[in-house]
Amino acid sequence: MRRVSAQSLIWALAILLPVAALVSMTVGTVNISLADALSAVAGNSVNQQTDTILFDIRLPRILLAIFVGAVLASTGAVMQGLFRNPLADPSLIGVSSGASVGASLMIVTAGGFIQSGALVGLSLVAVGAFVGGFAATLLVYRLATSGIGTSVTTMLLAGIAIGALAGALNSLLSYFSDNDMLRQISLWQMGNLSGASWLKVSIMGAVAIFLMLLFPRESKALNALLLGESEARHLGIDVQRVKRRLIVLTALGVGVSVALAGLVGFVGLIMPHIVRLAIGPDHRWLVPGSALAGATLLVIADSLARIVVIPAELPTGILTALLGAPFFVALLLQQRKDV
Amino acid sequence: MTMFADNISLHLSGFDLLRNISLEVEAGAVTAIVGPNGAGKSSLLKVLTGEVTATRGDVYLNQRELTHWPLLDRAQMLAVLPQHTLLNFPFTADEVVGLGRIPHQTGVTKDNQIIAQALDLVDASYLQKRFYTQMSGGEKQRVQLARVLAQIWQPSDHGEQFLVLDEPTSAFDLSHQQLTLDIVRQLAERGVGVLMVVHDLNLAARCADNLVVFDGGVIAAQGKPKDILSEQLIDKVFGVKSIISQHPVTKRPLVIV
Repeated sequence: MRRVSAQSLIWALAILLPVAALVSMTVGTVNISLADALSAVAGNSVNQQTDTILFDIRLPRILLAIFVGAVLASTGAVMQGLFRNPLADPSLIGVSSGASVGASLMIVTAGGFIQSGALVGLSLVAVGAFVGGFAATLLVYRLATSGIGTSVTTMLLAGIAIGALAGALNSLLSYFSDNDMLRQISLWQMGNLSGASWLKVSIMGAVAIFLMLLFPRESKALNALLLGESEARHLGIDVQRVKRRLIVLTALGVGVSVALAGLVGFVGLIMPHIVRLAIGPDHRWLVPGSALAGATLLVIADSLARIVVIPAELPTGILTALLGAPFFVALLLQQRKDV
Repeated sequence: MTMFADNISLHLSGFDLLRNISLEVEAGAVTAIVGPNGAGKSSLLKVLTGEVTATRGDVYLNQRELTHWPLLDRAQMLAVLPQHTLLNFPFTADEVVGLGRIPHQTGVTKDNQIIAQALDLVDASYLQKRFYTQMSGGEKQRVQLARVLAQIWQPSDHGEQFLVLDEPTSAFDLSHQQLTLDIVRQLAERGVGVLMVVHDLNLAARCADNLVVFDGGVIAAQGKPKDILSEQLIDKVFGVKSIISQHPVTKRPLVIV
């Protein structure tokens, strides 16, 4: 497959993302004209109701989509590099399955809180998800680390084992929950951005920016790691330190994403893959390119989630897979033809 | 200045892989290791390059313990070409060679120059924009050779440079085998110490200043090829009857089996 130059892809996405975000401002149960949206963004109030919809509901949601998409896709690119496997996924290190158990546990045990105060309940689920995700990752990492370093193969297997255990715990929790809880659990697992608030946006934004600042330092190391761990060491890379850093950063990024938006699948697996097909595996471009592409995909998917079944809404996670999977299949077919 | 293994022993899961090996790899010379499969050649390379820590004994690089060198300084002095590299991401050849410049801060322009020269040296300029994943075995190995050459392209401020090659010619046709030997000799003339494992005794005899014959985790013989290669040695180590003759032109020993 012929490559696109990395700079031109990043420029194209950097233009596409704000356009998609702006269009996304206008769509939903209430239609707002592009002119109104533009003037509101420029600081001129349109009317009370429109302002409320734009700034209290849609803008935080779009920003959350941007940050979550960027974090999921960039951590996906990083994990694929670290595991030297283009089909790796942030969930491989156990973060998603752990988060899932944490969230379910909170929904089931703290059901009373959720009914008494939605805000408290929501944050409890988020905290549960984050703690669960981080703890699972830590466990996977510890299982795979011995005196001579961390074995990525063992991590992969440990991730599968912890994932299976988490799946069992989740089923157990589902079994003991009532209908209402069951629905909450399954909705949470589908991934949803509808609960966006400015608090969530600021937390997610801070994490996203933190990762975007730190990942570029490791991009050369990731490139070297694609040759193999001992080859990377011979190129002067402190492999163990790089691994530890990237795993902690990924657990943090994915943990917070999952806590705030549930399990939004597909973005972390497929977006880096698509970007790699387009511009090649050089992480100096792949990681920021994936971040932009993931953000754009999630903004588009979330816009569609708001309009396909008006007046209701679909969970965003369903749309990401529905949108991305056929695109990915088309790319694979294209690649097969070229080879 | 040398790369020096001081009385190395390596035990792994109950097996004695290396027993009391002392080996000096001199800068500006080619050292070749030969020996039957499982004799411990690769284990020795792993210990010498710091991938595996010896059970007993120390490894020195330019008179300082290998593990005491900062990783980056070490990478500027010591480049290692493994037998196989499992790279399954679609880098182009020049990107792969560019990875060899990671330990250096010479800037993009200089790096690109070195990358082009290294590819040219291994007769792989035509691969520059081709994808690594779509190359033949010999092409991949040449690109990897260019990568380690790019890594030690310029002299290092920290000390003499060394290149370790594990069966560099195994995937090569005759002309590229010859090319590799020429490159290795040129490097030695430039002052680089080359250590390589080879299977072809004649190839080793042709280019090595110091030939090390390995057998069962110990050094069976070591010295100039013409001093140590004998029918008895080859029979003892490889269990093969042979005749040692002399190359009519190079006057180097010629092993006929």
